[in-house]
Amino acid sequence: MHADPAGVLTGSHFLDGDHACCEGALAAGARFSSGYPITPSTEVVERFASRVPTVGGTFIQMEDELAASITLQGAVWGGAKAFTVTSGPGFSLMMEHIGLAIMTETPCVFVDVQRGGPSTGLPTLPAQGDMMQVRWGSHGDYEIIALCPNSPQECFDLTVTAFNYSEQYRVPVFVMMDEVVGHMTEKVVIPPAEQIEVTPRRYTTIPPGEFLAFEPKDDLVPDMPRTGEGYNVHVTGLTHDNRGYPDMTPAQQDKLVKRLCNKIRQNVDKITLYEADQIEGADVAVVSYGITSRVAQRAIDLARDKGIKVGKFRLITAWPFPEKQIAEIAAKVKAFVVPELNLGQMVREVERAAAGKAVVRHVPHAGGSVHKPEDILQAIMEVAR
Amino acid sequence: MTTIGITPTNPVEPFLRTDRMPHIWCPGCGIGTSVNSFARALTEANMDLKNVAIVSGIGCTGRVAGYMKLDSFHTTHGRAIPFATGLKLANPKLNVVVYSGDGDLFAIGGNHLIHAARRNVDIKVVCVNNLIYAMTGGQTAPTTPGDVVTSTNPYGTYDPSFNLPYLVEAAGAVYVARWTAFHVRQLARAMEEMFTKKGFSFIEVLSPCPTLYQRRNKMGDGLDTMKFYKEKSRIKNGAPTNEVALSKSGEIIVGKFVDRERADYRDLMHDQLEEVLGDQYVEAEACECSI
Ligand SMILES: Cc1ncc(C[n+]2csc(CCOP(=O)(O)OP(=O)(O)O)c2C)c(N)n1
Ligand code: SF4
Ligand SMILES: [Mg+2]
Repeated sequence: MHADPAGVLTGSHFLDGDHACCEGALAAGARFSSGYPITPSTEVVERFASRVPTVGGTFIQMEDELAASITLQGAVWGGAKAFTVTSGPGFSLMMEHIGLAIMTETPCVFVDVQRGGPSTGLPTLPAQGDMMQVRWGSHGDYEIIALCPNSPQECFDLTVTAFNYSEQYRVPVFVMMDEVVGHMTEKVVIPPAEQIEVTPRRYTTIPPGEFLAFEPKDDLVPDMPRTGEGYNVHVTGLTHDNRGYPDMTPAQQDKLVKRLCNKIRQNVDKITLYEADQIEGADVAVVSYGITSRVAQRAIDLARDKGIKVGKFRLITAWPFPEKQIAEIAAKVKAFVVPELNLGQMVREVERAAAGKAVVRHVPHAGGSVHKPEDILQAIMEVAR
Repeated sequence: MTTIGITPTNPVEPFLRTDRMPHIWCPGCGIGTSVNSFARALTEANMDLKNVAIVSGIGCTGRVAGYMKLDSFHTTHGRAIPFATGLKLANPKLNVVVYSGDGDLFAIGGNHLIHAARRNVDIKVVCVNNLIYAMTGGQTAPTTPGDVVTSTNPYGTYDPSFNLPYLVEAAGAVYVARWTAFHVRQLARAMEEMFTKKGFSFIEVLSPCPTLYQRRNKMGDGLDTMKFYKEKSRIKNGAPTNEVALSKSGEIIVGKFVDRERADYRDLMHDQLEEVLGDQYVEAEACECSI
């Protein structure tokens, strides 16, 4: 299905990543956002607050992120496409409701514009320190989808993708930006509405009375009922059966939690997005994501100038992690170089997928700025030797 | 298990998910009794049940949503109100009722409650106040009166407690009433009246938890508590809410305390945006998003 033209600001613009993300949400059909201000993410909802009354929708500023992260879920069950936006401390407060969205299969989007942590850390400066938190921060076992834009254009594009994935798989999807991507201004091309693919909500066509609210379809995802149409749907964060009724037995826990994970795991090939360049014949592969991939590009160019055979692998989906692709590359290259704005997060996944077949060299950075390309270059040169 | 409230032949049966019976509530618990009044109110108010949604937090009272044959949402501890806020704003045709416990609504969820009242979001809140955290085994709640034995105050409580009607009125609610599990008719009538109000409305239902409150404090069982409520209650409609605080064994002031008009959140939003944006304003009707 195509985007509703009302929300699409077709044209060529100069936008920062935060504003582009907002336009992506509007293009994807988001008509509801509940937020709580926090640097460096607030511009997303500020723009939404200014735009959405002219499109037909609602922004509400909540009393905190605990509220923001569940108000949007109420709106989703009310029929809206909805999202919230935050950064470090706010993201920490949202963790319980990420679990709720997973358990209740509520399609929704969370944007995290990452800043330096822990705690209040570096409110105005970048980091990529929430990459494991987004994967594991809520309690229990689950799978989510997380996307990592590296430009304002991708903040637009991937926010649309995030909404589409959330509707397809009925799972919260995360747009993992960082302060630099959020605040950098670049050209953003917004296509005409008819060129933007939008995934509609999977509303059931089965009438009330016959419909089992959590009975999975072939892709392991259940269709959704509409609220206010007599379905008498019951939605609970407790372990539940296909009717949505609490069933707190080990057997049902096993069935439900495995399905919630498998609906992502089984579709990983359809979900995974990445950018690979000159991997064939490379001795070294640089694995990076978000803003760090832009700095890494500079290091890759410098290394190639020196005659080193360097390939580039950019994670667009950090989660599910492109395990298969990394394993394949591990069999071909001598080493991976993994720069990221944290002291070792996604590198663990690279190590796991590489399974000892290639050296994995991390290039850590505690956040607050981006890497120096020379530091990445240095690592490339060392492992290429 | 049976309670005073719900039996299989009860007229409230059509409102219940009978396929989920028996329920988890103890004999003598007041929660089922309040549900009985709620079901009666739905009938008396002639509510179109398709458009009634119920949202609960977590607790013994939080289980109410799961037993009602309505669109029903059992959310997280303390957050029923913000969930209900999103549901109502996205789908204004719904009558959204929040049904939860005193701990859920006034401890962990207290901030959300006062802000929803301040905004005057059009949701109806029923608080079953059993003066305790029941689900987790009888710990002190912000409603527990002084000198009461709880599992976390084994030598008696000393934390000052909230006076719920006073707090909710100050925060901006348009309707505030209190009844007890003894006053089933008055409670049903208050709930019925609450459905006619537009804006943040609140009913406190003082309710026994014989298992964890009354017995531990040698106040008897469910029936003894009914006698206690009957003896101690005084109906005082319009009572100033600063005078209705509860104590362990003092008078229980019940009645309708607040009934006033104030533009609700959607009207406020609509009027402001329309005034400033004029023709550019596109009203967020039920955002039944087609996409
Ligand atoms: C975040 C979180 N903290 C704590 C709990 C544990 N918990 C469940 S119910 C409850 C108290 C419920 O008390 P109340 O709202 O008064 O409901 P009642 O059981 O008395 O009806 C608590 C503390 C929880 N479920 N979630
Ligand atoms: S523990 Fe108390 S509140 Fe919970 S069901 Fe039993 S009597 Fe009711
Ligand atoms: Mg209680």
